[in-house]
Amino acid sequence: MTEIVKSSRPRLGGIAQTLRAGLILTARERRDLLISVLLFAAAAMVPLITEGYVLQLAISIAMYAALATSWLLFSGPTNYIALSTAAFFGIGMYTVAGGIDDYPYPLLIAAAGVAGAVLAAIVGLATLRVSGVYFVIFSLGLAELVRQIMTWLQHVLGTMSGLYVTIDRSEPEYYWQLLILTAAVFMVGWWIGRSRLGFALRIIGNDELVAVHCGINTARAKVVLFVVSSTFASIAGAVVAPRWGYVEPVVAFSPSLSFQAVIMALLGGTHRLWGPLLGVIPFVLLWELISIAFPNQTTLLLGVCFLLIVYVIPNGLLGLIERAVNRDSRPGQSTPGALQRALGFSTGSLRNLLQRGKSKNV
Amino acid sequence: MDILIIGLLLGGTYALMAMGLQLQYGVARIMNLANGEILIAGAFSTFWFYAGTQTSPLFALFLVVPAAFVLNWAVYRVLILPLVRRAKSQGKLEVDCILATFGLSFIAVGIMLAIFGGAYLDYSYLGRPIFILGQRYGLNRLVAFLASAVLCAGLYLWLHKTRAGLALRAVSVNPSAAGLVSINVARTSALAFALGGAVTAAGGGLLSMFLTFDVSLGVVFTLKALIIVILGGVGDIRGTIIAAFILGLAETAVATLVDPGLTLAAAYILFMVVLLVRPEGLFGRRPA
Repeated sequence: MTEIVKSSRPRLGGIAQTLRAGLILTARERRDLLISVLLFAAAAMVPLITEGYVLQLAISIAMYAALATSWLLFSGPTNYIALSTAAFFGIGMYTVAGGIDDYPYPLLIAAAGVAGAVLAAIVGLATLRVSGVYFVIFSLGLAELVRQIMTWLQHVLGTMSGLYVTIDRSEPEYYWQLLILTAAVFMVGWWIGRSRLGFALRIIGNDELVAVHCGINTARAKVVLFVVSSTFASIAGAVVAPRWGYVEPVVAFSPSLSFQAVIMALLGGTHRLWGPLLGVIPFVLLWELISIAFPNQTTLLLGVCFLLIVYVIPNGLLGLIERAVNRDSRPGQSTPGALQRALGFSTGSLRNLLQRGKSKNV
Repeated sequence: MDILIIGLLLGGTYALMAMGLQLQYGVARIMNLANGEILIAGAFSTFWFYAGTQTSPLFALFLVVPAAFVLNWAVYRVLILPLVRRAKSQGKLEVDCILATFGLSFIAVGIMLAIFGGAYLDYSYLGRPIFILGQRYGLNRLVAFLASAVLCAGLYLWLHKTRAGLALRAVSVNPSAAGLVSINVARTSALAFALGGAVTAAGGGLLSMFLTFDVSLGVVFTLKALIIVILGGVGDIRGTIIAAFILGLAETAVATLVDPGLTLAAAYILFMVVLLVRPEGLFGRRPA
């Protein structure tokens, strides 16, 4: 409690303290870390034992794992649904496609991250200061907006509507790049979860009014996290751009990409960092089957899958597993409970207190 | 001058589509991201009717509007009501509604792709020119504007002069207080949602008389309607109409002066300005 109230502006000492605190691990955390490292190492072996079709599936799994998990970084704790993954993904692709002839590839990946971060900061500063609905609306059309602007720019500059990206990379290299990206998303997510920022975000997700009264700069916390999450989506776009070879607005800013990132995260479960991973693997496989069996009805079936998830398993596969493992505690309840224990009181009671205070002033 | 007249004609037709969303979001409090798909469905059905019977698209509205009403009623009953019952708080409901209607919009696009195909829709009805102040304009734009004005006026009178309209406005102001004065909030919300869908479909039918459509454009219209509603202020019909004219003018100005492909950018610029200057909209009340 004192930690949050003390100061919203971190000083140098505060940062060093946070870093040091981040390195002290409990036995349980050390075990989890070891398991994660082993899992990633195992995943990295995939191209050594297989190739062709299976490797292609593995590449899409790695790509969606990075996208869905980075989506979760922001939308999971805050409950703000971001529908803009495709916009950032497309920006990443275009950064690479536009500069591939003049600049080295690693530099372009970094540039893609910066471009995504700048756009996210603009969007965040404009919308996240007010209510969540405005943010959702803004993010819904963002991909379409950027697409229109790109098409217009190419028209004005007199270039062709598409761009070729020719760079020599083998399939395993794409896979490893995406895997490293996914690992980076996880590390950042894990670190944020332990930091004061993560704590502040969990309170915001629980009750924004309470967060404000605890002295949290809610707008800044949300903008920072949205920037982090969108930067990863842009980098993912930059990484796969050469694999697609030819980049054009309609493909790069396809709305179904935003949709798929959200659907996979929801299928897995949004209250744990590794929740989306549970959704990505089955959904990519399912999607592969659907696109082979019903190539013309993909949009319809995507919608049907989405509704089924929202109505039938609102807490995702993770929720189902947790309920099966622990029948007493209901899924989704664990986070508020832990938060209340940490705060020493329930956010609901603080809320009542605040409202009573307000009505007294009137 | 050109921009002014075309912008006003376009804005008048936009007003109708935004009124539909206003009813769904302002009264029923359901953020419907599938609103644009209803509009597209209205546009395509009107086209279908026109191509099949060769009578005026305005007659098609008499079929399209009741059909959209029934469809939206069913959507509310079957899909939205379970969410309303399940929701623990207004915030949770909002998230669920956004997700559900987002999924619904993809289903709608998929169904329409299966029925109508991916081609562009374009038909010529009343394509002859008329002259206003010495300039040529399409007669179809004027007819669509007038039809929209009649419907808007009818809706406005119904909301302000009848008992049912009064109930709707009461739910819009405060659902729990409306329940205390024996208004059936659940029924009224369903009515508002269905009516909103019907009005949106009518807007689509009218817009199809002079705009080119394809199945995937729904999201653009959802956005335009949302931006109009926010600009005008949630729950305020007067604001919606004025905001629709502003958007119509802004879009026409950008399309004429810069590039016709940038209409969405015009809408977004308006949105940004509203968010930065007056987030509660032109006529909205600031939260206390």
